[in-house]
Amino acid sequence: MIFEKVQEKIAEQLGIDTDDITMESSFIEDLGADSLDIVELLMALEEEFDIEIPDEEAEKLVTVGDVVDYIKNNQ
Amino acid sequence: MLNSEIRAAGIIGTGSYLPDIVLTNGYFEERLDTSDEWIVSRTGIRERRKADDCIAASDMATYAALKAIEDANVAPEDIDMIIVATVTPDMLFPSTACIVQKNIGAINASAFDISAACSGFIYGLSIAEKFIKAGNAKYILVIGAEALSKITDYSDRNTCILFGDGAGAAVVAKVEESMGILAAYTGSDGRGGELLKLPAGGSRLPASCETIKNSLHFVKMDGSEVFKFAIKIMGEAAEKALEMCGLNKEDIDYLIPHQANIRIIESATKRLKIPQDKVFINIDKYGNMSAASIAVALDEANKAKKLNKGDIVVLVGFGGGLTWGAVVLKWA
Repeated sequence: MIFEKVQEKIAEQLGIDTDDITMESSFIEDLGADSLDIVELLMALEEEFDIEIPDEEAEKLVTVGDVVDYIKNNQ
Repeated sequence: MLNSEIRAAGIIGTGSYLPDIVLTNGYFEERLDTSDEWIVSRTGIRERRKADDCIAASDMATYAALKAIEDANVAPEDIDMIIVATVTPDMLFPSTACIVQKNIGAINASAFDISAACSGFIYGLSIAEKFIKAGNAKYILVIGAEALSKITDYSDRNTCILFGDGAGAAVVAKVEESMGILAAYTGSDGRGGELLKLPAGGSRLPASCETIKNSLHFVKMDGSEVFKFAIKIMGEAAEKALEMCGLNKEDIDYLIPHQANIRIIESATKRLKIPQDKVFINIDKYGNMSAASIAVALDEANKAKKLNKGDIVVLVGFGGGLTWGAVVLKWA
């Protein structure tokens, strides 16, 4: 459920297909995101899930799975 | 009430000045570990202008002011007030506005600078609107002028690619009822002051060998934090100003945002759901000119006949301080 929503947001932000986004995908290496895309994406997710992602945590979120786990643990 | 007939203040003339020297992305490619592709994709900037060594903010402000006065069809002696928004004044005092006053011969004006970084031109318009509406002034020159190249660290690839020099000016005066500035909203959050600043040269850290050695006379920026702030505040500021005059974002005919980064503009306009063809963009040519950005963009949009009488035009800016603001105009 969380994964599907995250997948949708990523696809929208990066203009890619949801099928290309897996739990293992790295934002930069696999999905072609740059640092500004990640900032925007995390802001969109903060609003979607009503959470706060502090900068020091944001730096550790490398893959889609990292983000999904973070949301699960902080909702 | 005195001067009760004056209820509308608007922009009756605009002008701008850009220095001739062009720094393309290639200039930085040759000197730093960066590339044209990286700069364009992260910022939208292709080139920016740079003032000659002998040119200061007041010189560019003067050229822009003269053009705005001519466009407004008023004489320098008619100007009651000169407001210059800048973070790169010629010196700490006298104000850059006083230097402009002398240059253009606006002998009847009171002149002063305001410090609101990239939001400065919006703040200036907000002040001018109140003086005109109160009947305390007839013609006010509001100028955004920046020589950012003078405070840019050309060895810092994160900031030096962003900034450019230039000046824009507008004459604010009484306009016909229900036209002109419908709302002017400004806001600040001093808690974010550390994100964007020029640390030394003031009374906290006066110039010393130490401050020079540590590059403290150059602009410092926490890019990703400013990016986040900017995306959020641009939409909020525009919506707040629209709300003040009973309009909403669907009423916008033309949006002139501060030109800091194309990605900020795209992200914020996406959030506001404003189509890109209603958004004025010139960042590709000039980079971020702080207080001069919106002023130059307004003049270019005006001269390109993009603003029609009766159009709802929204100007929105954000910057160091932190500061932000938006002006809603019904173009007169």
